[in-house]
Amino acid sequence: MTREQATTLIGERFGVAQVEGESPLVVTLPVDQWASFARFAKETLGCRFFSFSTAVDWKEQGLEVVAKVDNLDERLSLLMKTKLGAGVTTCPSLVPIYRGANWMERECYDMFGIRFEGHPDLRRILLSEDWEGHPLLKSYAVDTPHPPYR
Amino acid sequence: MTLRLDDPSVAQGDPGPSTPLRVAPSSSRGGETTGGSTASRVELDYSGGERLTMNMGPQHPSAHGVFRAILTLEGEQVVAVDAVIGYLHRCHEKLSETLTYAQYPSIASKTDYVAAMTSEFAYVMAAEQIGKIEVPKRAQYLRVIAAELQRIASHLLWLGTWCLDMGGALGGGATIFLYCIREREMILDLFESLVGARLLYGFYQVGGTRYDIPEGWTDACRKTVDVIDSRIGEYEGLLEENPFFLVRARGVGVISRELAEDVGIAGPLLRGSGVSFDIRRSAPYSSYEDFTFDVPVEADGDCFSRYRIRMVEFRESIKIIRQALDRLPEGPISSRPGLKSVAQIRIPKGEAYARVEGPRGEVGCYLIADGSAKPYRMKWRGASFSNLSVLPHIIPGHKVADVVAIMGSVDPVFGEVDR
Repeated sequence: MTREQATTLIGERFGVAQVEGESPLVVTLPVDQWASFARFAKETLGCRFFSFSTAVDWKEQGLEVVAKVDNLDERLSLLMKTKLGAGVTTCPSLVPIYRGANWMERECYDMFGIRFEGHPDLRRILLSEDWEGHPLLKSYAVDTPHPPYR
Repeated sequence: MTLRLDDPSVAQGDPGPSTPLRVAPSSSRGGETTGGSTASRVELDYSGGERLTMNMGPQHPSAHGVFRAILTLEGEQVVAVDAVIGYLHRCHEKLSETLTYAQYPSIASKTDYVAAMTSEFAYVMAAEQIGKIEVPKRAQYLRVIAAELQRIASHLLWLGTWCLDMGGALGGGATIFLYCIREREMILDLFESLVGARLLYGFYQVGGTRYDIPEGWTDACRKTVDVIDSRIGEYEGLLEENPFFLVRARGVGVISRELAEDVGIAGPLLRGSGVSFDIRRSAPYSSYEDFTFDVPVEADGDCFSRYRIRMVEFRESIKIIRQALDRLPEGPISSRPGLKSVAQIRIPKGEAYARVEGPRGEVGCYLIADGSAKPYRMKWRGASFSNLSVLPHIIPGHKVADVVAIMGSVDPVFGEVDR
Protein backbone atom coordinates (compact mmCIF):
# COMPACT_ATOMS: atom_id res chain seq x y z
CA MET A 1 0.00 0.00 0.00
CA THR A 2 1.58 3.26 -1.09
CA ARG A 3 1.02 6.61 0.50
CA GLU A 4 -1.23 7.68 -2.42
CA GLN A 5 -3.41 4.57 -2.21
CA ALA A 6 -3.80 5.05 1.53
CA THR A 7 -4.70 8.73 1.08
CA THR A 8 -7.36 7.82 -1.49
CA LEU A 9 -8.85 5.09 0.69
CA ILE A 10 -8.98 7.37 3.73
CA GLY A 11 -10.60 10.10 1.62
CA GLU A 12 -13.31 7.69 0.41
CA ARG A 13 -14.20 6.36 3.85
CA PHE A 14 -13.51 9.37 6.07
CA GLY A 15 -14.31 12.49 4.10
CA VAL A 16 -13.89 14.81 7.08
CA ALA A 17 -10.35 13.62 7.79
CA GLN A 18 -7.42 15.85 6.85
CA VAL A 19 -4.47 14.02 5.36
CA GLU A 20 -1.02 15.58 5.02
CA GLY A 21 2.70 14.90 5.26
CA GLU A 22 4.99 12.27 3.80
CA SER A 23 6.17 9.89 6.49
CA PRO A 24 4.42 9.58 8.81
CA LEU A 25 1.18 10.37 7.06
CA VAL A 26 -0.73 12.70 9.40
CA VAL A 27 -4.50 12.09 9.62
CA THR A 28 -6.55 14.57 11.62
CA LEU A 29 -9.93 13.23 12.68
CA PRO A 30 -13.01 14.33 14.60
CA VAL A 31 -13.17 12.57 17.94
CA ASP A 32 -16.26 10.49 17.09
CA GLN A 33 -14.33 8.78 14.28
CA TRP A 34 -11.26 8.05 16.42
CA ALA A 35 -11.97 4.41 17.17
CA SER A 36 -13.61 3.60 13.84
CA PHE A 37 -10.62 5.02 11.99
CA ALA A 38 -8.22 2.95 14.10
CA ARG A 39 -10.15 -0.18 13.18
CA PHE A 40 -10.06 0.85 9.52
CA ALA A 41 -6.29 1.48 9.74
CA LYS A 42 -5.70 -1.93 11.26
CA GLU A 43 -8.01 -3.98 9.06
CA THR A 44 -7.99 -2.19 5.71
CA LEU A 45 -4.65 -0.36 5.63
CA GLY A 46 -2.81 -3.21 7.36
CA CYS A 47 -1.36 -0.96 10.08
CA ARG A 48 -1.18 -3.68 12.72
CA PHE A 49 1.83 -2.31 14.59
CA PHE A 50 0.94 0.03 17.46
CA SER A 51 3.85 2.41 17.93
CA PHE A 52 2.71 4.84 20.62
CA SER A 53 -0.05 7.17 21.71
CA THR A 54 0.16 10.37 23.67
CA ALA A 55 -1.50 13.77 24.05
CA VAL A 56 -0.61 17.43 23.60
CA ASP A 57 -1.99 20.27 25.69
CA TRP A 58 -2.75 23.21 23.37
CA LYS A 59 -3.75 25.42 26.35
CA GLU A 60 -7.08 27.21 25.66
CA GLN A 61 -7.74 25.09 22.55
CA GLY A 62 -7.82 21.99 24.71
CA LEU A 63 -6.18 18.61 24.48
CA GLU A 64 -5.18 16.68 21.41
CA VAL A 65 -4.71 12.91 21.40
CA VAL A 66 -2.07 11.46 19.05
CA ALA A 67 -1.43 7.84 18.10
CA LYS A 68 0.96 6.27 15.63
CA VAL A 69 0.39 2.96 13.86
CA ASP A 70 2.52 1.27 11.20
CA ASN A 71 2.20 -1.21 8.38
CA LEU A 72 5.62 -2.83 8.78
CA ASP A 73 5.55 -4.88 5.57
CA GLU A 74 4.66 -1.99 3.29
CA ARG A 75 6.36 0.75 5.28
CA LEU A 76 3.32 2.91 5.78
CA SER A 77 3.25 5.05 8.93
CA LEU A 78 0.11 6.79 10.11
CA LEU A 79 0.04 9.51 12.76
CA MET A 80 -3.57 9.88 13.90
CA LYS A 81 -4.65 13.03 15.69
CA THR A 82 -7.87 14.21 17.23
CA LYS A 83 -8.69 17.42 19.09
CA LEU A 84 -10.94 16.82 22.06
CA GLY A 85 -12.00 20.47 22.35
CA ALA A 86 -11.61 23.01 25.16
CA GLY A 87 -12.30 21.56 28.58
CA VAL A 88 -13.08 18.06 27.30
CA THR A 89 -11.14 15.21 28.92
CA THR A 90 -12.83 12.13 27.48
CA CYS A 91 -11.75 10.15 24.45
CA PRO A 92 -12.67 6.70 23.11
CA SER A 93 -10.11 4.06 24.01
CA LEU A 94 -8.15 2.11 21.40
CA VAL A 95 -7.52 -0.89 23.67
CA PRO A 96 -10.28 -3.02 22.07
CA ILE A 97 -8.44 -2.60 18.75
CA TYR A 98 -4.76 -2.47 19.78
CA ARG A 99 -3.61 -4.15 22.99
CA GLY A 100 -0.53 -1.92 22.94
CA ALA A 101 -2.74 1.06 23.71
CA ASN A 102 -3.32 -0.25 27.23
CA TRP A 103 -0.18 1.09 28.92
CA MET A 104 0.09 4.08 26.57
CA GLU A 105 -3.41 5.30 27.47
CA ARG A 106 -2.76 4.69 31.15
CA GLU A 107 0.29 6.93 30.86
CA CYS A 108 -1.80 9.50 29.01
CA TYR A 109 -4.39 9.44 31.79
CA ASP A 110 -1.63 9.74 34.36
CA MET A 111 0.01 12.73 32.69
CA PHE A 112 -2.99 14.58 31.18
CA GLY A 113 -6.06 13.27 33.03
CA ILE A 114 -7.74 12.08 29.85
CA ARG A 115 -10.43 9.47 30.58
CA PHE A 116 -10.35 6.83 27.89
CA GLU A 117 -13.84 5.38 27.56
CA GLY A 118 -13.75 1.62 27.18
CA HIS A 119 -10.31 1.17 28.72
CA PRO A 120 -10.36 -1.98 30.89
CA ASP A 121 -7.91 -0.82 33.56
CA LEU A 122 -7.54 2.96 33.62
CA ARG A 123 -5.31 3.84 36.57
CA ARG A 124 -2.08 5.72 37.02
CA ILE A 125 1.02 3.95 35.76
CA LEU A 126 4.14 6.04 36.34
CA LEU A 127 3.05 8.18 39.28
CA SER A 128 1.74 6.90 42.59
CA GLU A 129 -2.00 6.39 43.09
CA ASP A 130 -2.28 9.37 45.48
CA TRP A 131 -0.60 11.90 43.20
CA GLU A 132 -2.54 15.14 42.78
CA GLY A 133 -2.85 16.66 39.34
CA HIS A 134 -1.62 15.67 35.91
CA PRO A 135 1.93 16.93 35.37
CA LEU A 136 2.15 17.29 31.59
CA LEU A 137 -0.71 19.79 31.47
CA LYS A 138 0.62 23.25 30.69
CA SER A 139 -1.24 24.58 33.74
CA TYR A 140 0.90 22.37 36.01
CA ALA A 141 3.99 24.32 37.06
CA VAL A 142 7.31 22.48 36.98
CA ASP A 143 8.02 23.47 40.59
CA THR A 144 4.65 22.42 42.02
CA PRO A 145 5.41 21.33 45.59
CA HIS A 146 4.31 17.86 46.64
CA PRO A 147 4.39 17.38 50.38
CA PRO A 148 4.75 15.02 52.11
CA TYR A 149 8.05 14.17 50.45
CA ARG A 150 8.79 10.46 50.25
CA MET B 1 21.88 -30.65 80.87
CA THR B 2 19.64 -32.59 78.49
CA LEU B 3 16.18 -31.43 77.52
CA ARG B 4 13.34 -33.86 77.08
CA LEU B 5 10.34 -33.13 74.89
CA ASP B 6 7.88 -34.13 77.55
CA ASP B 7 9.55 -31.78 79.99
CA PRO B 8 6.73 -29.33 80.90
CA SER B 9 9.15 -26.37 81.07
CA VAL B 10 9.96 -26.84 77.37
CA ALA B 11 6.45 -27.52 76.12
CA GLN B 12 4.90 -24.45 77.73
CA GLY B 13 7.66 -22.01 76.85
CA ASP B 14 8.40 -20.26 73.58
CA PRO B 15 8.44 -22.92 70.84
CA GLY B 16 11.66 -21.43 69.41
CA PRO B 17 12.81 -21.26 65.81
CA SER B 18 13.01 -25.03 65.31
CA THR B 19 9.20 -25.38 65.43
CA PRO B 20 7.78 -25.74 61.90
CA LEU B 21 5.80 -22.65 60.91
CA ARG B 22 3.21 -24.53 58.94
CA VAL B 23 1.95 -27.95 59.88
CA ALA B 24 -0.34 -30.06 57.76
CA PRO B 25 -3.67 -30.54 59.50
CA SER B 26 -3.61 -34.34 59.54
CA SER B 27 -0.22 -34.73 61.16
CA SER B 28 -0.16 -35.72 64.79
CA ARG B 29 3.40 -35.37 65.96
CA GLY B 30 4.63 -35.46 69.45
CA GLY B 31 4.79 -32.11 71.17
CA GLU B 32 1.88 -30.71 69.17
CA THR B 33 -0.34 -30.27 72.19
CA THR B 34 1.47 -27.29 73.62
CA GLY B 35 -1.56 -25.96 75.44
CA GLY B 36 -3.45 -23.16 73.67
CA SER B 37 -0.85 -22.26 70.98
CA THR B 38 -2.43 -24.50 68.29
CA ALA B 39 -4.95 -21.81 67.31
CA SER B 40 -2.22 -19.55 65.88
CA ARG B 41 -1.02 -22.09 63.35
CA VAL B 42 -1.51 -21.35 59.64
CA GLU B 43 -2.75 -24.21 57.58
CA LEU B 44 -1.98 -24.23 53.89
CA ASP B 45 -2.97 -26.68 51.26
CA TYR B 46 -0.25 -27.13 48.62
CA SER B 47 -2.32 -29.12 46.15
CA GLY B 48 -2.45 -26.17 43.77
CA GLY B 49 -6.10 -25.34 44.22
CA GLU B 50 -5.31 -22.30 46.29
CA ARG B 51 -4.05 -19.04 44.80
CA LEU B 52 -1.12 -17.24 46.25
CA THR B 53 -0.07 -13.68 45.52
CA MET B 54 3.65 -13.15 45.34
CA ASN B 55 5.50 -9.89 44.92
CA MET B 56 8.52 -10.22 42.68
CA GLY B 57 10.42 -7.01 43.23
CA PRO B 58 10.65 -4.02 43.33
CA GLN B 59 14.15 -4.99 44.47
CA HIS B 60 14.48 -8.33 42.75
CA PRO B 61 17.97 -8.82 41.28
CA SER B 62 16.70 -10.31 38.04
CA ALA B 63 14.57 -7.25 37.27
CA HIS B 64 17.70 -5.29 36.27
CA GLY B 65 16.17 -2.25 37.87
CA VAL B 66 13.21 -1.39 39.99
CA PHE B 67 10.23 -3.35 38.75
CA ARG B 68 7.49 -5.06 40.70
CA ALA B 69 5.61 -7.97 39.22
CA ILE B 70 2.62 -9.02 41.31
CA LEU B 71 2.30 -12.69 40.42
CA THR B 72 -0.81 -14.72 41.13
CA LEU B 73 0.29 -18.30 41.55
CA GLU B 74 -1.44 -21.64 41.51
CA GLY B 75 1.21 -23.86 42.97
CA GLU B 76 4.29 -23.17 40.89
CA GLN B 77 2.33 -21.84 37.93
CA VAL B 78 1.70 -18.17 37.24
CA VAL B 79 -1.91 -17.44 36.34
CA ALA B 80 -1.85 -13.63 36.27
CA VAL B 81 0.67 -10.80 36.35
CA ASP B 82 0.22 -7.18 37.29
CA ALA B 83 3.26 -5.11 36.40
CA VAL B 84 4.01 -2.08 38.55
CA ILE B 85 6.41 0.43 37.02
CA GLY B 86 7.24 4.07 37.62
CA TYR B 87 9.79 3.71 40.42
CA LEU B 88 12.40 5.44 38.26
CA HIS B 89 10.16 8.16 36.79
CA ARG B 90 12.10 11.41 36.45
CA CYS B 91 9.58 13.39 34.35
CA HIS B 92 11.82 13.59 31.29
CA GLU B 93 9.00 14.87 29.10
CA LYS B 94 8.13 17.76 31.44
CA LEU B 95 11.81 18.48 31.98
CA SER B 96 12.48 18.68 28.24
CA GLU B 97 9.99 21.57 27.99
CA THR B 98 12.22 23.58 30.32
CA LEU B 99 15.57 22.80 28.66
CA THR B 100 16.92 24.18 25.39
CA TYR B 101 17.84 22.15 22.33
CA ALA B 102 21.49 22.51 23.30
CA GLN B 103 20.97 21.34 26.87
CA TYR B 104 18.61 18.42 26.54
CA PRO B 105 20.68 15.91 24.47
CA SER B 106 22.94 15.31 27.48
CA ILE B 107 19.86 14.66 29.62
CA ALA B 108 18.33 12.45 26.93
CA SER B 109 21.15 9.98 27.45
CA LYS B 110 19.75 9.35 30.93
CA THR B 111 16.52 7.80 29.65
CA ASP B 112 18.17 4.58 28.52
CA TYR B 113 21.42 4.63 30.45
CA VAL B 114 22.59 1.27 29.08
CA ALA B 115 22.43 2.62 25.52
CA ALA B 116 22.82 6.33 26.13
CA MET B 117 23.86 7.14 22.55
CA THR B 118 20.52 5.97 21.15
CA SER B 119 18.16 8.41 22.84
CA GLU B 120 20.45 11.37 22.15
CA PHE B 121 20.40 10.29 18.52
CA ALA B 122 16.59 10.26 18.32
CA TYR B 123 16.24 13.65 19.99
CA VAL B 124 18.73 15.52 17.80
CA MET B 125 17.29 13.85 14.69
CA ALA B 126 13.80 15.10 15.56
CA ALA B 127 15.09 18.65 16.04
CA GLU B 128 17.05 18.45 12.78
CA GLN B 129 13.99 17.24 10.88
CA ILE B 130 11.88 20.19 12.00
CA GLY B 131 14.64 22.74 11.46
CA LYS B 132 15.71 21.10 8.16
CA ILE B 133 19.29 21.13 9.45
CA GLU B 134 21.85 19.31 7.32
CA VAL B 135 24.32 17.02 9.03
CA PRO B 136 27.80 16.69 7.43
CA LYS B 137 28.65 13.26 6.07
CA ARG B 138 31.50 12.78 8.54
CA ALA B 139 29.20 13.47 11.46
CA GLN B 140 26.66 11.00 10.06
CA TYR B 141 29.32 8.29 9.93
CA LEU B 142 30.58 9.11 13.42
CA ARG B 143 27.00 8.86 14.67
CA VAL B 144 26.66 5.44 13.07
CA ILE B 145 29.93 4.20 14.58
CA ALA B 146 28.95 5.40 18.05
CA ALA B 147 25.44 3.92 17.76
CA GLU B 148 26.73 0.53 16.62
CA LEU B 149 29.42 0.36 19.32
CA GLN B 150 26.64 1.20 21.76
CA ARG B 151 24.51 -1.64 20.42
CA ILE B 152 27.36 -4.11 21.00
CA ALA B 153 27.96 -2.76 24.53
CA SER B 154 24.26 -2.97 25.35
CA HIS B 155 23.87 -6.49 23.98
CA LEU B 156 26.96 -7.58 25.94
CA LEU B 157 25.45 -6.31 29.17
CA TRP B 158 22.18 -8.02 28.30
CA LEU B 159 23.86 -11.35 27.54
CA GLY B 160 25.91 -11.31 30.71
CA THR B 161 23.09 -10.40 33.05
CA TRP B 162 20.57 -12.70 31.41
CA CYS B 163 22.92 -15.65 31.83
CA LEU B 164 23.52 -14.58 35.41
CA ASP B 165 19.74 -14.63 35.97
CA MET B 166 19.57 -18.20 34.75
CA GLY B 167 22.65 -18.96 36.84
CA GLY B 168 21.57 -22.33 38.16
CA ALA B 169 21.33 -23.76 34.67
CA LEU B 170 24.74 -22.45 33.68
CA GLY B 171 26.81 -23.61 36.60
CA GLY B 172 26.64 -20.25 38.31
CA GLY B 173 26.48 -18.19 35.14
CA ALA B 174 29.18 -15.85 36.38
CA THR B 175 31.68 -17.00 33.75
CA ILE B 176 29.84 -15.57 30.80
CA PHE B 177 28.85 -12.50 32.79
CA LEU B 178 32.49 -11.67 33.50
CA TYR B 179 33.48 -12.37 29.90
CA CYS B 180 30.80 -9.96 28.67
CA ILE B 181 31.74 -7.24 31.13
CA ARG B 182 35.39 -7.64 30.11
CA GLU B 183 34.49 -6.99 26.47
CA ARG B 184 32.09 -4.17 27.34
CA GLU B 185 34.89 -2.42 29.22
CA MET B 186 36.86 -2.15 26.00
CA ILE B 187 33.98 -0.31 24.33
CA LEU B 188 33.53 1.96 27.33
CA ASP B 189 37.26 2.76 27.10
CA LEU B 190 36.73 3.76 23.48
CA PHE B 191 33.84 6.02 24.48
CA GLU B 192 35.93 7.49 27.25
CA SER B 193 38.68 8.49 24.85
CA LEU B 194 36.08 9.86 22.44
CA VAL B 195 33.82 11.81 24.81
CA GLY B 196 35.47 11.76 28.21
CA ALA B 197 32.59 9.87 29.81
CA ARG B 198 31.98 6.16 30.15
CA LEU B 199 28.23 5.85 30.56
CA LEU B 200 26.32 9.06 29.71
CA TYR B 201 27.85 10.86 26.79
CA GLY B 202 26.25 13.96 25.29
CA PHE B 203 28.05 13.08 22.05
CA TYR B 204 25.24 14.03 19.68
CA GLN B 205 24.39 17.66 19.06
CA VAL B 206 21.85 19.33 16.85
CA GLY B 207 23.70 19.66 13.54
CA GLY B 208 26.39 17.05 14.11
CA THR B 209 28.50 15.59 16.86
CA ARG B 210 30.19 17.35 19.73
CA TYR B 211 33.64 15.80 19.27
CA ASP B 212 35.76 14.46 16.45
CA ILE B 213 37.70 11.26 16.95
CA PRO B 214 41.12 11.67 18.57
CA GLU B 215 44.32 10.45 16.95
CA GLY B 216 44.77 6.71 16.91
CA TRP B 217 41.11 6.09 17.79
CA THR B 218 40.22 4.29 14.57
CA ASP B 219 43.00 1.75 15.14
CA ALA B 220 41.92 1.19 18.72
CA CYS B 221 38.35 0.77 17.52
CA ARG B 222 39.37 -1.75 14.85
CA LYS B 223 41.32 -3.79 17.40
CA THR B 224 38.40 -3.79 19.82
CA VAL B 225 35.87 -5.02 17.28
CA ASP B 226 38.36 -7.69 16.11
CA VAL B 227 38.66 -8.99 19.66
CA ILE B 228 34.90 -8.99 20.21
CA ASP B 229 34.33 -10.65 16.85
CA SER B 230 36.67 -13.47 17.79
CA ARG B 231 34.91 -14.06 21.13
CA ILE B 232 31.26 -14.23 20.10
CA GLY B 233 31.74 -17.80 18.91
CA GLU B 234 33.07 -18.62 22.36
CA TYR B 235 29.87 -17.39 24.03
CA GLU B 236 27.76 -19.34 21.59
CA GLY B 237 29.76 -22.46 22.34
CA LEU B 238 29.33 -21.94 26.07
CA LEU B 239 25.57 -21.55 25.77
CA GLU B 240 24.30 -23.50 22.80
CA GLU B 241 26.16 -26.68 23.74
CA ASN B 242 24.69 -26.51 27.22
CA PRO B 243 21.48 -28.59 27.30
CA PHE B 244 20.26 -26.84 30.46
CA PHE B 245 20.42 -23.48 28.72
CA LEU B 246 18.53 -24.83 25.73
CA VAL B 247 15.79 -26.29 27.93
CA ARG B 248 15.34 -22.99 29.71
CA ALA B 249 15.33 -20.88 26.54
CA ARG B 250 13.58 -22.97 23.88
CA GLY B 251 9.82 -22.74 23.70
CA VAL B 252 9.71 -20.41 26.72
CA GLY B 253 7.89 -17.07 26.55
CA VAL B 254 6.57 -17.43 23.03
CA ILE B 255 5.32 -14.19 21.45
CA SER B 256 3.24 -14.71 18.32
CA ARG B 257 3.62 -12.36 15.39
CA GLU B 258 0.08 -11.11 15.88
CA LEU B 259 0.67 -10.26 19.55
CA ALA B 260 4.07 -8.72 18.78
CA GLU B 261 2.60 -6.22 16.33
CA ASP B 262 -0.54 -5.53 18.34
CA VAL B 263 1.40 -4.60 21.47
CA GLY B 264 4.04 -2.76 19.47
CA ILE B 265 7.15 -4.53 20.70
CA ALA B 266 10.24 -3.75 18.68
CA GLY B 267 13.81 -4.64 17.93
CA PRO B 268 15.13 -8.14 18.63
CA LEU B 269 11.77 -9.17 20.13
CA LEU B 270 9.86 -8.25 16.99
CA ARG B 271 12.42 -9.88 14.70
CA GLY B 272 12.43 -12.92 16.97
CA SER B 273 8.71 -13.25 16.27
CA GLY B 274 9.17 -13.45 12.52
CA VAL B 275 8.78 -9.82 11.47
CA SER B 276 11.56 -8.58 9.22
CA PHE B 277 11.57 -4.98 10.35
CA ASP B 278 14.62 -2.91 11.15
CA ILE B 279 14.43 0.88 10.90
CA ARG B 280 18.03 0.98 9.67
CA ARG B 281 16.83 -0.99 6.66
CA SER B 282 13.18 0.07 6.26
CA ALA B 283 13.63 3.81 6.77
CA PRO B 284 17.38 4.49 6.65
CA TYR B 285 18.67 7.52 8.53
CA SER B 286 22.15 8.97 9.00
CA SER B 287 23.63 7.22 5.92
CA TYR B 288 22.70 3.66 6.96
CA GLU B 289 21.87 3.06 3.30
CA ASP B 290 25.63 3.22 2.56
CA PHE B 291 26.40 0.03 4.48
CA THR B 292 25.68 -3.60 3.72
CA PHE B 293 24.41 -5.69 6.61
CA ASP B 294 21.84 -8.41 7.23
CA VAL B 295 18.71 -8.16 9.33
CA PRO B 296 18.30 -11.45 11.21
CA VAL B 297 14.80 -12.90 11.58
CA GLU B 298 13.72 -15.92 13.62
CA ALA B 299 10.28 -17.45 13.45
CA ASP B 300 9.78 -19.14 16.83
CA GLY B 301 9.24 -16.08 19.04
CA ASP B 302 10.71 -17.74 22.14
CA CYS B 303 13.61 -16.72 24.40
CA PHE B 304 16.04 -18.68 22.25
CA SER B 305 15.00 -16.78 19.08
CA ARG B 306 15.55 -13.47 20.80
CA TYR B 307 18.95 -14.68 21.97
CA ARG B 308 19.89 -15.77 18.44
CA ILE B 309 18.84 -12.42 16.95
CA ARG B 310 21.10 -10.54 19.32
CA MET B 311 24.04 -12.88 18.68
CA VAL B 312 23.73 -12.22 14.94
CA GLU B 313 23.37 -8.49 15.57
CA PHE B 314 26.78 -8.44 17.27
CA ARG B 315 28.36 -9.53 14.01
CA GLU B 316 26.24 -7.22 11.85
CA SER B 317 27.14 -4.23 14.02
CA ILE B 318 30.81 -5.11 13.73
CA LYS B 319 30.36 -5.31 9.96
CA ILE B 320 28.84 -1.81 9.89
CA ILE B 321 31.58 -0.35 12.13
CA ARG B 322 34.33 -1.75 9.89
CA GLN B 323 32.69 -0.32 6.76
CA ALA B 324 32.19 3.07 8.40
CA LEU B 325 35.80 3.20 9.60
CA ASP B 326 37.07 2.26 6.14
CA ARG B 327 35.05 4.94 4.38
CA LEU B 328 35.02 7.66 7.04
CA PRO B 329 34.87 10.92 5.03
CA GLU B 330 36.91 13.99 5.83
CA GLY B 331 35.22 17.26 6.62
CA PRO B 332 33.46 19.16 9.38
CA ILE B 333 31.66 17.33 12.21
CA SER B 334 28.90 19.88 12.62
CA SER B 335 26.91 22.14 10.33
CA ARG B 336 26.40 24.68 13.09
CA PRO B 337 28.85 27.24 14.45
CA GLY B 338 30.11 26.76 17.97
CA LEU B 339 27.55 27.71 20.59
CA LYS B 340 27.99 30.93 22.54
CA SER B 341 24.87 30.42 24.65
CA VAL B 342 22.61 27.47 25.41
CA ALA B 343 19.61 29.26 23.91
CA GLN B 344 21.30 29.80 20.56
CA ILE B 345 19.63 26.93 18.70
CA ARG B 346 16.12 27.97 17.69
CA ILE B 347 13.94 25.46 15.89
CA PRO B 348 11.08 26.86 13.74
CA LYS B 349 7.46 26.00 14.40
CA GLY B 350 6.61 22.45 13.40
CA GLU B 351 6.59 18.86 14.52
CA ALA B 352 8.42 15.66 13.69
CA TYR B 353 8.65 12.05 14.73
CA ALA B 354 12.20 10.72 14.51
CA ARG B 355 12.97 7.08 15.20
CA VAL B 356 16.18 5.15 15.45
CA GLU B 357 16.82 1.43 15.80
CA GLY B 358 18.23 1.14 19.30
CA PRO B 359 19.51 -2.07 20.88
CA ARG B 360 16.01 -2.65 22.25
CA GLY B 361 14.12 -1.52 19.18
CA GLU B 362 12.33 1.55 17.96
CA VAL B 363 13.33 4.57 20.04
CA GLY B 364 11.16 7.42 18.89
CA CYS B 365 11.05 11.08 19.71
CA TYR B 366 7.88 13.00 18.90
CA LEU B 367 8.82 16.65 19.06
CA ILE B 368 6.68 19.76 18.69
CA ALA B 369 8.58 23.03 18.32
CA ASP B 370 7.06 26.48 18.71
CA GLY B 371 9.89 28.61 17.32
CA SER B 372 11.61 29.24 20.64
CA ALA B 373 14.79 27.69 22.02
CA LYS B 374 12.83 25.00 23.90
CA PRO B 375 10.39 22.36 22.64
CA TYR B 376 6.66 22.87 23.20
CA ARG B 377 6.12 19.17 23.80
CA MET B 378 8.31 16.09 23.57
CA LYS B 379 7.23 12.48 23.81
CA TRP B 380 9.55 9.52 24.19
CA ARG B 381 8.52 6.29 22.60
CA GLY B 382 10.75 4.13 24.77
CA ALA B 383 11.39 0.71 23.30
CA SER B 384 11.59 -0.89 26.75
CA PHE B 385 8.19 0.50 27.75
CA SER B 386 6.41 -1.17 24.86
CA ASN B 387 8.52 -4.33 25.14
CA LEU B 388 7.76 -4.69 28.84
CA SER B 389 4.02 -4.26 28.29
CA VAL B 390 3.99 -7.65 26.54
CA LEU B 391 4.82 -9.45 29.81
CA PRO B 392 1.24 -9.71 31.16
CA HIS B 393 0.29 -11.40 27.88
CA ILE B 394 3.04 -14.04 27.79
CA ILE B 395 3.93 -14.89 31.40
CA PRO B 396 0.65 -16.57 32.51
CA GLY B 397 0.97 -20.32 32.09
CA HIS B 398 4.69 -20.40 32.87
CA LYS B 399 6.45 -21.46 36.05
CA VAL B 400 7.92 -18.89 38.41
CA ALA B 401 11.48 -19.77 37.37
CA ASP B 402 10.59 -19.02 33.75
CA VAL B 403 9.48 -15.50 34.68
CA VAL B 404 13.13 -14.66 35.27
CA ALA B 405 14.19 -16.11 31.91
CA ILE B 406 11.40 -14.32 30.05
CA MET B 407 11.97 -10.99 31.74
CA GLY B 408 15.68 -11.19 30.97
CA SER B 409 15.05 -12.05 27.33
CA VAL B 410 12.92 -8.90 26.97
CA ASP B 411 15.96 -6.84 28.06
CA PRO B 412 14.14 -3.98 29.78
CA VAL B 413 16.06 -0.93 30.96
CA PHE B 414 13.97 0.80 33.58
CA GLY B 415 15.35 4.21 32.91
CA GLU B 416 13.64 3.97 29.54
CA VAL B 417 10.47 2.33 30.83
CA ASP B 418 9.81 5.01 33.45
CA ARG B 419 11.58 7.95 31.80
